[in-house]
Amino acid sequence: MNDKPVIETRDLTKTYTMGDIVVKALRGTSLKIYENEFVAIMGPSGSGKSTIMNILGCLDVATSGDYFLDGIDVKKNTANQLADLRNQKIGFVFQAYNLLPRTPAIENVELPMLYNPNINAKERRERALEALRSVGLLERAASMPNQLSGGQQQRVAIARAIVNDPVLILADEPTGNLDTRTSFEVMEIFQKMNALGKTIALVTHEPDIAEFTKRNVHFRDGSIFKDEMVANPRNATEELKKLPPKEITI
Amino acid sequence: MRFSNLIKIAYRSLMKNKLRTILTMIGIIIGVASIVTMMGIGEGSSSSIKSSFSSLGVNAIMIMPGAQNNGGVRSDAGTGQNMTVEDADAIREFCPDISALSPIVRTSAQTVYGSQNWHTSIFGVNTEYFTVRNLKIPKGTCFTMAENKSSAKVCIIGETVVTNLFGAGANALGQTIRINKIPFRVIGILEKKGQNSFGQDQDDVILGPFYTVQKRMLGTTNVGQIIASSTNEKVTNKAVDEITEILMQRHKILDPEDADFTIRTQSEISNIFGSISTVLGVLLTIMAFISLIVGGIGIMNIMLVSITERTREIGLRMAIGAKGKDILLQFLIEAVFLSLIGGFIGLGLGVLFSNLVGLFAGWPIIITTNSVIFAFGSATFIGIIFGYLPARKAAHMRPIEALRYE
Ligand SMILES: Nc1ncnc2c1ncn2[C@@H]1O[C@H](COP(=O)(O)OP(=O)(O)OP(=O)(O)O)[C@@H](O)[C@H]1O
Ligand SMILES: [Mg+2]
Repeated sequence: MNDKPVIETRDLTKTYTMGDIVVKALRGTSLKIYENEFVAIMGPSGSGKSTIMNILGCLDVATSGDYFLDGIDVKKNTANQLADLRNQKIGFVFQAYNLLPRTPAIENVELPMLYNPNINAKERRERALEALRSVGLLERAASMPNQLSGGQQQRVAIARAIVNDPVLILADEPTGNLDTRTSFEVMEIFQKMNALGKTIALVTHEPDIAEFTKRNVHFRDGSIFKDEMVANPRNATEELKKLPPKEITI
Repeated sequence: MRFSNLIKIAYRSLMKNKLRTILTMIGIIIGVASIVTMMGIGEGSSSSIKSSFSSLGVNAIMIMPGAQNNGGVRSDAGTGQNMTVEDADAIREFCPDISALSPIVRTSAQTVYGSQNWHTSIFGVNTEYFTVRNLKIPKGTCFTMAENKSSAKVCIIGETVVTNLFGAGANALGQTIRINKIPFRVIGILEKKGQNSFGQDQDDVILGPFYTVQKRMLGTTNVGQIIASSTNEKVTNKAVDEITEILMQRHKILDPEDADFTIRTQSEISNIFGSISTVLGVLLTIMAFISLIVGGIGIMNIMLVSITERTREIGLRMAIGAKGKDILLQFLIEAVFLSLIGGFIGLGLGVLFSNLVGLFAGWPIIITTNSVIFAFGSATFIGIIFGYLPARKAAHMRPIEALRYE
């Protein structure tokens, strides 16, 4: 195992207050994720998985505790610096894909680079095409989101997440809206990214999806109650071959 | 670099929803089009009023029967039956600062030539009228003093009358037309002048010797108006004083307040109409500006709605690295884009409208660079002002909340 943590949290808590109701979504979570890890975060509904993902993704801030992203103390950053961290260090994949409607795949993938001042138009186009190639959708570059299947849309979203070459890919239930086959296809892409050195953390409810990762972290009531390595991660490419052939419905 | 990206982002999102973009622009298009049209009409009328009055001659003095109506409540105002040829003769004789003078009587009548007939205005004037009004007779001649004295049945006609009685371009010289059944010989054709600033056709007129019109046609001894020219601009006011004195003496009036005549100089009138048309122009522009503001509010409304609708998009943009100011600028640029493109289309339509108005209503139209700059400037201004509020609202969203919005 590599000794440089990409993520290190210490005693993170997150409390939501709505009037009289106080919800402790996180109760002192300490978690380290090292370079090139592939982690599945699991747990029952309401256990705080999305909450920690949002904090790790610098979309939200913790109520207390420390969070170091790639050695940076996130607490000390302003809103603008957080935006830069999200842009350059993190690639986020959402359950609902969140592609811009009526916008071709290529432009959706280009989007994060539009907020990165160091990339010019030519490089932007090249890198977006490269990212689409790596998710196997090069030939669909000009397609609009509504012309793509759910799995394809999620792959465009993954291309968008990796295009700025982030240190960390975060995905909150990326296969939540997908059937088995397309879920496996998405996991195949994540496995390929991980093999290329990317650090990935994803949330999933499904144990068979978690088996594609290398480490499973189980949440319960806002804290980690089990953290185990996966002895023999399943290989998505192999599993896809075992699936019955694609049904064709008319 | 960053800014050009924002322009690209704004451009892409405008192009993505063309219908919304066009609907948002309509207010601005109408506003700018009306500003350009209104300013065009305002400018055009004030400058044509100025030029038409100066073509009358800067030294012109008009003497009209009837009290000055600047008191507003004068009961004897506009009686208008108390000025005579003798008054005109007295002014010519005793006023040293007058170089030319003509009494005028005016009527309108049916004119007939062959099977054609035409209703037009008939002016009875003397030979000096042409000097005062700066009128030229390129075809034919003017009548003589003798012809005036003897009430000769001759006339000088305008081009519109020629066209309507004889046909366009026909030779009317030497022909005899009937005015109220009285035969008149056409001895001259007036130089074409077109419309004046009030939209009246200055060529739709017949000029005859003063006594001919006064005695043969009107059967009166009154004078409708006297028009005179001072020897030069500097003595115009002095001439007015002299004329006032002469007429007061002749009409046995002691107090100038009680005068039964009104004297106006050309410069006075052109100033009055000039300022009226300036005020009119300003009013029209204010109205147009209000419609532009309404257009701006339209932009603001649609942008506020679209920002709510696009909350998740804003959340996504923030999640992948957009800062508050990027979002703010994106929406501001969208608003300014809308305003500028709307402004451009509005400008085109405004030019079109003004020309159509000019064509059909016969109003003079002038579109100045100033009005173009003003229209564009106010469109941009409106875009920034009304785009700012929605843009700020978008920029202040928290990424996590915007993403969760449904
Ligand atoms: N914005 C919020 N306001 C109030 N409470 C919240 C908010 N977001 C989450 N919570 C609460 O925090 C707790 C943890 O929520 P979280 O979304 O992290 O759960 P989760 O593990 O992602 O669940 P699921 O598997 O259903 O997505 C829940 O009790 C939830 O109700
Ligand atoms: Mg969740």
